[in-house]
Amino acid sequence: MENKEEVLARVEAKGVNRREFIKYATLVTSVLGLAPSMIPKVAEAMTAKQRPTVIWLHFAECTGCSEALLRTTYPWIDEVILDILNVAYHETIMAPSGKAAEKSLHDAMAKYKGKYILVCEGAIPTRDGGLYGRVGGRTMLSIAKEATKGALATVCIGNCASFGGVQAADPNPSKAKSVSEATGVKTVNISGCPPNVVNFIATVVHFLLLGKLPALDDNGRPLFAYGSTIHDKCPRRAHYEAGEFVKKFGDAGAMKGWCLAEMGCKGPDTYNNCSLIKFNDGTNWPIGAGHPCIGCSEPSFWDEKSPFYEPI
Amino acid sequence: MAKYTIDPITRIEGHLRIDVEIEGGKVKDAWSSAQLFRGLEIILQGRDPRDAPYITQRACGVCTEVHALASIRALDDAVGAYAPDLGRLARNLVHGAQYLHDHITHFYALSALDWVDVVSALSADPKKTASLANGLGDYPNSGASDFKAVQDRLKTFVSSGQLGPFANGYWGHPDYRLPPEANLLAVSHYLMWLRLQVKASRMMALFGGKNPHIQTYVTGGVSCVRDMLNVDRLAEYLYYLKEITAFIDNVYIPDVLAVASFYKDWGAKQIGGCTNFLAYGNFPQKAGKYGTEDMWLPGGVIMNRDIGKPMAVDPSKITEEVTRSWYKDGAPLHPAKGVTEPVKPDYNYDGKYSFFKAPRYQGKAMEVGPLAQVLAAYAAGHAPTKTLVNAVLKHLEVPAAALFSTLGRTAARCIESKVVADYLVEQVNQVIAKVKGGDTKTVTDWKWPAEATGMGLIDVPRGALGHWLHQKGKKIVNYQLVVPSTWNLGPRDAKGQVGPVEEALIGTPVADPKRPLEIIRTVHSFDPCIACGVHVIDPETNQVHKFKVL
Repeated sequence: MENKEEVLARVEAKGVNRREFIKYATLVTSVLGLAPSMIPKVAEAMTAKQRPTVIWLHFAECTGCSEALLRTTYPWIDEVILDILNVAYHETIMAPSGKAAEKSLHDAMAKYKGKYILVCEGAIPTRDGGLYGRVGGRTMLSIAKEATKGALATVCIGNCASFGGVQAADPNPSKAKSVSEATGVKTVNISGCPPNVVNFIATVVHFLLLGKLPALDDNGRPLFAYGSTIHDKCPRRAHYEAGEFVKKFGDAGAMKGWCLAEMGCKGPDTYNNCSLIKFNDGTNWPIGAGHPCIGCSEPSFWDEKSPFYEPI
Repeated sequence: MAKYTIDPITRIEGHLRIDVEIEGGKVKDAWSSAQLFRGLEIILQGRDPRDAPYITQRACGVCTEVHALASIRALDDAVGAYAPDLGRLARNLVHGAQYLHDHITHFYALSALDWVDVVSALSADPKKTASLANGLGDYPNSGASDFKAVQDRLKTFVSSGQLGPFANGYWGHPDYRLPPEANLLAVSHYLMWLRLQVKASRMMALFGGKNPHIQTYVTGGVSCVRDMLNVDRLAEYLYYLKEITAFIDNVYIPDVLAVASFYKDWGAKQIGGCTNFLAYGNFPQKAGKYGTEDMWLPGGVIMNRDIGKPMAVDPSKITEEVTRSWYKDGAPLHPAKGVTEPVKPDYNYDGKYSFFKAPRYQGKAMEVGPLAQVLAAYAAGHAPTKTLVNAVLKHLEVPAAALFSTLGRTAARCIESKVVADYLVEQVNQVIAKVKGGDTKTVTDWKWPAEATGMGLIDVPRGALGHWLHQKGKKIVNYQLVVPSTWNLGPRDAKGQVGPVEEALIGTPVADPKRPLEIIRTVHSFDPCIACGVHVIDPETNQVHKFKVL
């Protein structure tokens, strides 16, 4: 392993603030559940000489997951793009359009064949051979099949790529499927609608650091993030135990921050770490805003967890 | 004549294909095509109406929140429970923050690279960049050493040989007109905003629970009562607002003016302009049905660029057509029965060519979005808007007619950001006054009517957004969305009238068809959101507002 000072010097040479970088590496290390002694190794993994190549594809989706990525602060998004990863293809941020954009995709898939991390955002429409979703004249289905084949690993960001998402909700008019279902490739699923970006970054770091994917649950979700339910670690849990429930939005219980079970909260059936890390750098989270959890990191939640305002 | 296809259009939300015919160095004809069908409106049928804000919000994660707002307004309307003051103010705070996030991110992250040559920034003199910056605005981290640090970082990036998202850009294109120093300045500001936008999203999360995809709007109000009564939350909101306002004043406005000064001919020749404009209005000052809410930013209809004759919006004049869209003509009346069918999407320049519908107002294609909103407010005599528009025109020494252009659209987005940012301070003060007075009511009580329809119209950063809901027995019978990008990027109609982006593109000069920078510039100025816009309507009546009981 490289000397810690050398790593930090290299980080600084790339224009990254040393203190912020250590803070970030510490956060990622703790999210991964690794020992503090691993912090320098995490930092090293994030600053390899050749930046690891990421190809990020958009299928049937809303781009909310890309927006979630933009909200990252450890590291900042400009560090992700300029200093940490080689984001060779990402339609929301890339400069070229049309043929020039397609060239970026083809060049990256050829040059880094077998080495790139493929990130998929969105489900794959499969009706009529995939004609209900096309990019550059090709179906998303055929693009996904080709891109997953050459990838070192395929990471699905969000519920759509992981499990089909909103467009796959009954009656699934475009016959949208998860990336894994549509291509037959095993994927790591960072689910959520959108997921917390911290969980995505931690997964990528895990991969770069240890050279393998994190331990996953039966749904392909990393256990470090999706290992327990929201209810298990909910700050309102004591009110649940005490039988103190919000009966109506805005009522006295709502003002006191009581349990949202009777308002339809799906926290007991939802595996995610929202109650621990919250969103937007810990600013808030749905239950914090007095709103029941809708179960957005679970497969088929649009069908199985709805109606959202009816108790479990 | 040779047709050129640009697919994918990047730096937008969703999957858009643009085709153009070029003659004599100019666009002669254009086709705008949405390439993805998801069918959200079909999915909504039969569900609990209260779930609609969550499903429809997933129409778009870039313009997140806005569909939740339009949807909750349709629900409020359907059950007759309009949000009390604190609920209305909470929605205004979240919605206003979305404006700031969306508009400024659009300029820097989505459209700046249409005007700014990143490669040229490498040869800039950081000292000259610093003096340029100091002449434009008063903002921290704008010294020569700061700009040198950005330039060095770019050089390290480029020398790595891995150009990431900047590979294959149209660098060196003849219509990149900014000098290297201005390019370096703009790249620096692009990086600054990438960090500051995080705070705009926190402004939304303070009351929305998270961003993207808030979870706080409930029928009759909001769920975030604890956040609204928490003065610390309000202070945090104000703090972020102050930082963002400083960025707008000292960076965003000067940058837009600086870019515009190099492209005055785009204004003078009205390149990228449209003819008719529609805005629904924004920021209700009192609760009630659409039309009675005393919108702080007034809406209106402007035909033939006549800002002297604004008209009130009449929602019954809205229609949608499917003649040139990939949907079955004359399919049965009730989509609730699952009979509305997309057809096989074969691209045909003379026939069907898009998953978008063609919305029309009084049979006319209408531009919606910041330019329409600013024009409507200007026409209605909205003082803060009027003052800023006049100041921008005076600064650039261009006539008002220059507004009808790609540049006008870009400037309008900036003007609106400033107007909204100032307004939000006032909104926070109103919340503080309410809380001080002991008001804690965030939701209006309501009961399910056996059957009801509701309409939710509001302006959002990309334009006029409308949701129409019909519920019966606590189930959705019919749900329709007519969204900004369908207005702006929809295809031709039965009469052959082109859609706004198609109209805007016709006449655009193109130096090199293989590097269609100028085309992308105009397409981006509409801030397209394709996932939002693709939806189905009642193809038999083409009426989005008219529902019949099954």
